[in-house]
Formats: sequence, structure tokens, C-alpha cells
Amino acid sequence: MKKAFSRIYTALCFAFLYVPILILIIFSFNSSKGATWTGFTVKWYGELFRNEAIITSFINTLIVALVASVAATILGTTAAFGMHAMNKYSKSTMRTLTYIQILNPEIVTGISLMLLFAYFHMTSGFTTLILAHITFCVPTVVLSVLPKLRQMNVSLYEAAMDLGCNRFQAFTKVVVPEIMPGIVSGFLMALTYSIDDFVISYFTSGTTSQTLPVVIYSMTKKQVTPTIYALSTLMFVGVLAVLIVYNLIDIRFENEKRKAAGARK
Amino acid sequence: MRKSSKISAVPYVIWILIFTIIPFLLVIYYAFTDYNTGAFTLNNIINSSNYLPVLIKSIILAVIATVICLVIAYPLAFIMSRKSEAVQRVFMMTIMLPMWMNFLLRTYAWMTILEDNGIINNILTFFHLPTVQLINTSGAVVLGMVYNYLPFMVLPLFSIMTKIDKSVIEAAQDLGCNQMAVIRKVVFPLSFPGIATGITMTFVPCVSTFIISRLLGGSDCYLIGDLIEEQFKLKGSGFHVGSATSLVLMIVVLISMGILNQFDSDEMEDSIK
Repeated sequence: MKKAFSRIYTALCFAFLYVPILILIIFSFNSSKGATWTGFTVKWYGELFRNEAIITSFINTLIVALVASVAATILGTTAAFGMHAMNKYSKSTMRTLTYIQILNPEIVTGISLMLLFAYFHMTSGFTTLILAHITFCVPTVVLSVLPKLRQMNVSLYEAAMDLGCNRFQAFTKVVVPEIMPGIVSGFLMALTYSIDDFVISYFTSGTTSQTLPVVIYSMTKKQVTPTIYALSTLMFVGVLAVLIVYNLIDIRFENEKRKAAGARK
Repeated sequence: MRKSSKISAVPYVIWILIFTIIPFLLVIYYAFTDYNTGAFTLNNIINSSNYLPVLIKSIILAVIATVICLVIAYPLAFIMSRKSEAVQRVFMMTIMLPMWMNFLLRTYAWMTILEDNGIINNILTFFHLPTVQLINTSGAVVLGMVYNYLPFMVLPLFSIMTKIDKSVIEAAQDLGCNQMAVIRKVVFPLSFPGIATGITMTFVPCVSTFIISRLLGGSDCYLIGDLIEEQFKLKGSGFHVGSATSLVLMIVVLISMGILNQFDSDEMEDSIK
């Protein structure tokens, strides 16, 4: 009885999450524009690939996301090292500042950056967009590297030095591999945040540097068009593929770690 | 290692200074100065308090959406936290999948469903039933908020519940607690930090949204986010009024987080240590 309830409940929750997406997917193959089924077609996909605004903005999104997340990873990782070495007081100040950036409503971050760029007479374009994206990506990198540094055993670093490593070697051969999972997950999070961001891009991108979400927004304001359904379907498939690959890698990594731990015993 | 590596935080400190603190000071500057004269004024703030009904409506809708999210997410997170590791992994994936799809597209899906000649109304017409007004209502906006931010509530709850030691629950059962008592006396208090995180992560985007209200609420549902967005698109004097409104919004968010932090994790962590 209790089991049946929890099954039904879980099923209902997932139905709520997935039925709207399923509807988008189904209607991306509908031959007419309305919300009634009139026949199967793939013409909307063709239209999607011929839509220049979407293709350019997609490329823009990828460029901005890559540049911003690489920069954020470098900036965030070095910041985490520095913060790790700080005394308790300045460290907690820095942590608070980092949290505030994450918790601040996106619209406030967006408009405050817009004010900054306007104040210094910078025209909105790729530069402002990338600077804005780096700004909201760095905190996630910092917060994913910092715990790894805290978990790291300091004596490992000292042992490496005792065994003849110089500082640089001890750093690259011991410290970096130890915190690598934190850096990688920070990078991936920054990448997805950047690709997904609409609000901050909306306030900081110019007409030449629109990202995909900004273009989607201008499309949703107009009439319902199945091209958006086609785009949603492709996005869904893309995200699904990324998640599956990520999880497979993660499972393999966990297994190896377990094996290594077993061998050590 | 200690002293020399402290310097590596310097670029980040400078970055925060330029891209977080100066912009924040600019918001304050614009909020308290007049567009024409540049002199100190309180008019922007007073003007923005004219929009008090809008602010109150935003808070009410965001609170309703957050409560609904919590009520839906709590049992789901609890059920899942008791499953095997493999099931949990699949669960995490299925919760995150819609989250990673752009939220504009997710909101757009609901537009298709709720529109006047959308899917629900088409089904009603098919059965010769009268159509109903679904889109451009406050209910549609709350639905959109719940749909978009439910995963943000589920994930922190789930992650804190998986950390609850099974033996603590077993001990409670051994001492004569039934299922409800276990949840009420053990799981609930231990999951408090997760609840606080979940509420913050849902409430903040809900109260400051301008997309969900615009796409699903129409002119009937004008929220504080819409107001800020409109002011900033005006440029000129809009910068000043918009900044004042943003400042009010920030204060609301800070107050709500201050209340939540009463039960924050730090104290709990310390007490466990």
C-alpha cells in the first residue's frame, strides 16, 4: 500500500516534469501550425536549419560559453588557492562575497552590469557579454574547487617535498591531480550556466552578439511557430546525450576509485 | 605554500571589485540621483513605492509557488533518498534533464498547453465542452514558476536526505516511532538546512522573474521584474527609477534570506562538530 503510493506519487511528479516536453517534441512533427494534429512532417527542422538568426546565435553562444568558462575556470581556481591560504576572517569575507554573487537575483546582476558598461561608455557587444558571463561563472568554479582543497591532505604535499620534489613539481604532481575533479565539475557547471543564461545576456548583449536564448526570447514574443518546437526537441536530445555520457564517465571513475581503494587495503 | 599562494586570489578580488561592487555602488548612485540635475533625491525610491502593489503581488505569487514546490518536492526527495544508489543516479539525471533545457523553452511548452486555442482548450472543444481562460492568469504564472523551479527545490532536499544516517532512522524505529513519527521527529529536523537552501533557490528566481509573467501572465500579471526590465529598456530616466526598484527588490531578497539564515547550516555544522 505504502509502496504503491510512493510509486504513483513519483510517477505523477515525473509526468508533470516531462509531459510538457513530450508535447513540444510531438508537435515539432506536426504539419500545421495549430495545436491540433494534422499529419507528420519534418519541414520545421529544415526551416530551423535555414534560419540564419538561430544558427549565428547558436555559434555566438558556443563561443561566449567556451571563452567565458575557460577564463572563469582559471580565475576561479587561482582564487580558490588564494582563499584557501587566507586566514579565517578574510576567507569568510571572500566566501560571503562569492555566495552573494550567486544568490543575487539574475535581473539585478544583469542591470547592474548594464549600468557599469553604460557608465564607462562601453557599447554592448561580445566584450561586454563575455565579461558578464565570466562574472557569473567564477563563483561556481570557486565553490566547487574550494571544498576539494579543504579535503586535501596537507601532508601529501609535504611528503612529495620530502621525497625530493620541488615546489612546482609537488604542486603539479600532487595538488593538481587531487583537486582535478573540482576543477572539471566547476568548468562544466560554468559552461552549462553560460549556455543556458538568458537574463544577464539579455541586458548585456548588443544586436551583433545575441546568444541563442536571446533569439529564442524574441521568437516567443511573436506568434507560435513549430520551429521553436523543433529547436526544443534538438536541445532535449543534446542535453540527454551529454548527461548520459557524463554519467557513464562518472560511473567508470567511481568504479576505478573503488578498485584502487580495494587494492590499497 | 601558505604565504606565497595568498597572492593568487588577487585577480579575483579585483574582478569582484570591478564587476560586483562598483556596479552595486552604481545602482545605489542612480537610485538616489535625479536624471535631469544629477542632484541627490529620494524621488526615485518614493516613485518606486508607487509600485508597491506590484511588489506585493510578486512576493505573494513567489511565496505561493515556493510553498507548492516544497510540498511537492519533500515527499519525492524522501522517497528517492531511500532507494539504491543506481536508482538515485537515474533519478538525479531525470530531475536535472528538464533543468538543463532552456527555461524559455520550458515556459513556451506551457504556453502551447494553456493558450486559448491550445491543447487543453482543444481537448475541451473536442468533447463539446466550453473553453476556459487559462493563460494570462495569475494561476498560469504560479504554474510556470513551479514547473521551472521545482528541480531547484528537489535537489538540495534530496542531497541532504541522502546524508541522513540510516542508523539514526533505525534507532528511532527501534525506540518505537512509526513512519510518520520518524519523518516528523528525525528526518524533518535533520533536513532543515536543505529546506532553507531549497526555499532560497526557488523564491529568489520566482520573485524576480520577468519572463514567466510576460509569457504566461500577459498584461494581467505584471511583476516587479517586468517593471525593472521596462525601466532599463527606456534608458535615460529609466536607469534611475529602475535602479531604485532593483534596490527595493534586493532588500526584499536580503530580508527573506536573513530570516532563512536563522536556521542556517553553519550553526548546525558547528553543533555537530
